Amino acid sequence: MFLLLPFDSLVVNLLGISITVLFTLLLVFIIVPAIFGVSFGIRKVYMKTLLKIFQWATLRIERGAKEKNHPLYKPYVNGIIAKEPTSLEEEIKELRRSGSGRALDTPEFELSDIFYFCRKGIETIMDDEVTKRFSAEELESWNLLSRTNYNFQYISLRLTVLWGLGVLIRYCFLLPLRIALAFTGISLLVTGTTVVGYLPNGRCKDFLSKHVHLMCYRICVRALTAIITYHDRENRPRNGGICVANHTSPIDVIILASDGYYAMVGQIHGGLMGVIQRAMVKACPHVWFERSEVKDRHLVARRLTEHVQDKSKLPILIFPEGTCINNTSVMMFKKGSFEIGATVYPVAIKYDPQFGDAFWNSSKYGMVTYLLRMMTSWAIVCSVWYLPPMTRQPEEDAVQFANRVKSAIARQGGLVDLLWDGGLKREKVKDAFKEEQQKLYSKMIVGSHEDRSRS
Amino acid sequence: SREDFQRIPELAINPLGDRIINAFFPEGEDQVNFRGFMRTLAHFRPIEDNEKSKDQNGPEPLNSRSNKLHFAFRLYDLDKDDKISRDELLQVLRMMVGVNISDEQLGSIADRTIQEADQDGDSAISFAEFVKVLEKVDVEQKMSIRFLH
Repeated sequence: MFLLLPFDSLVVNLLGISITVLFTLLLVFIIVPAIFGVSFGIRKVYMKTLLKIFQWATLRIERGAKEKNHPLYKPYVNGIIAKEPTSLEEEIKELRRSGSGRALDTPEFELSDIFYFCRKGIETIMDDEVTKRFSAEELESWNLLSRTNYNFQYISLRLTVLWGLGVLIRYCFLLPLRIALAFTGISLLVTGTTVVGYLPNGRCKDFLSKHVHLMCYRICVRALTAIITYHDRENRPRNGGICVANHTSPIDVIILASDGYYAMVGQIHGGLMGVIQRAMVKACPHVWFERSEVKDRHLVARRLTEHVQDKSKLPILIFPEGTCINNTSVMMFKKGSFEIGATVYPVAIKYDPQFGDAFWNSSKYGMVTYLLRMMTSWAIVCSVWYLPPMTRQPEEDAVQFANRVKSAIARQGGLVDLLWDGGLKREKVKDAFKEEQQKLYSKMIVGSHEDRSRS
Repeated sequence: SREDFQRIPELAINPLGDRIINAFFPEGEDQVNFRGFMRTLAHFRPIEDNEKSKDQNGPEPLNSRSNKLHFAFRLYDLDKDDKISRDELLQVLRMMVGVNISDEQLGSIADRTIQEADQDGDSAISFAEFVKVLEKVDVEQKMSIRFLH
C-alpha cells in the first residue's frame, strides 16, 4: 500500500503535465497561423467529415422511419400553404365575374368581396412571411444536436451513440479549447490596442494597429471554429466608403473584421464590451456613441459623414436592418446610412445552418448563453460575398437606394427580399399600411361613382 | 389571446383583421385553445369529391359550402342576430375602406346592396338571402387553403 502512494502521485503528475502540454500545443498550433493569416486546412477537413456523418445519419433516419411506418416530419422552407400571388384587384374581379356575370367595368361593392379579405387573413394566420423570420431556421435533416431535434423519435442505437459521442466531443473537448482561445483573443485585443495607442500617430501606428486587429479577430474566428469562404475579394471595401451587410448575429462583426480593417459604429456599452471598445478606439478611430446620442439622428449622421469624408479613415461597417434576422431573408434597410452619400459596398453573409445556427434570438437568449451555444455547436460555416460598390443615382432617393442595395444582397445570398421592417420583432405595425390597403379597395368601389357623375 | 393574433403584421394590415380575429373566439371568451383554433381553420379545408357521397345523414362537415358561407356571414353580422342590418353593413364597409369614402356614398352603397339582396322586405339580409346572392360564386375555391405536401 505504501508503494502505491508515490506511484499514484506520479500518474497524476504525468496526466496533468500531458494535458497541459497537449493544450498548449493545440493553442500554439492554432494561434500561430492566426497571427500570420495562414491556415492548415484542418477546419475544412473537419467540415467534410461532419457532412459525411450527417448524410449517413439522414439516410438512417429515413430508413428507420420507413420501417416503422412513421410519417417523416419535413419542415418546409417556403411555407406550408399554397399561396397565389395575385393582387387585390385581380382577386376581386374574379370573385365578381364568377358571382354576378355582370359587366365588369362598373366597379361597385359586392357581398362576395369579403371573401378576399377573409381568405388572405386566414392565410396569414396559418403561415406569414414576417414572424417566422424571428426564430431559428428549421433544418431539413437532423444535425445531431439535441437543440434542433424537432420531431425525431428514437431510431437506432448507432444514431444515439453517435449523438452521445458528439455531446462528449463538443462539451468536453471543443468547448474548453474554444473558451481558452476566445479568452486569449480578447485579452490580446485589449492589450494590443492599448499598447499601440501609446505610439505617436503615423504610418507605423496604422500598420501595427491593423495587424493587431486582424490577428485578434482571426483568433476569435478560430475560437468559434468558423469556416468562412470569402468570394469576390477584389470588391472589398476601401477607405471612405460604407460597408453594409445583413445582420444575423453579433458574430457577423468578427467574421467581416477578420478579413478587412473596418471602423465600427455602435453604442458604448458597459462591462467587458465597454473595455474592448475603449481599447479599440485608442488604436484607430472608431465611432462610438453615447446612449443618449443614438436617438439624435442628425448627430449620428453628421459624425458618420465627417468620418466618411476623411479619406484616410477606414470604411465604416453598418448593419442597416437594425436587428438580428434569422438569415432566411433580408428585411427593410433603415435609410439613415444611405443618406450620407458615400460609396456603399454591400456584403452578403449566408450561414449554413447545418453545422450550427448563428441566429441570435435576443428575446430568448442573453449574450452569454448565446455565445455558449455558439461554442457548443459543431462549427459556424458561412459564405461571405463582396458585391461591387454602388452609389446613389441622382434620380433616386435614399429609400429607393436602400431597396436597391437590399435586393442585390438578397439575390446574392439566396435570401428572400422582404419589405417589412425588422423592428416588427418588438413593435406593432404602423397603421399607415392598413390605410394603404383600404385606399386600394375603396378605389375599386368608388371609381364607379366618378364615372357615373361624369355621364 | 387577441394580442397574439395582432402581432402578425400581415394580419394587422388587413382591413378586416379584427373581424377575422373575432371569429376565432367563441361567445364571451378571451382565449382560444388549439381545438377551437383548428375548428375555425377547418372551415377552410378544400372540399373533396369523395366526401359528398359519404355520409348524408350525419352532421355536416365543417368545410361544406354552407358552413363556409356561414363563416363569411358571421364576419358581416356584428351582433350575431343572424341578420345583416344596414348599420352592420355600414360598419363593415367603413372598416374596409377607411376614410377614403364619404358617409353618404357609403350609405348609398349599403342601401343599394340591401335592396338587391333583400327579398322579404325587412331591410336586412338574412342568411338565406345571403346564400341566394352568392349562389354563383365559387365559394369552395375562394374560401379554401391548400397545404403543401
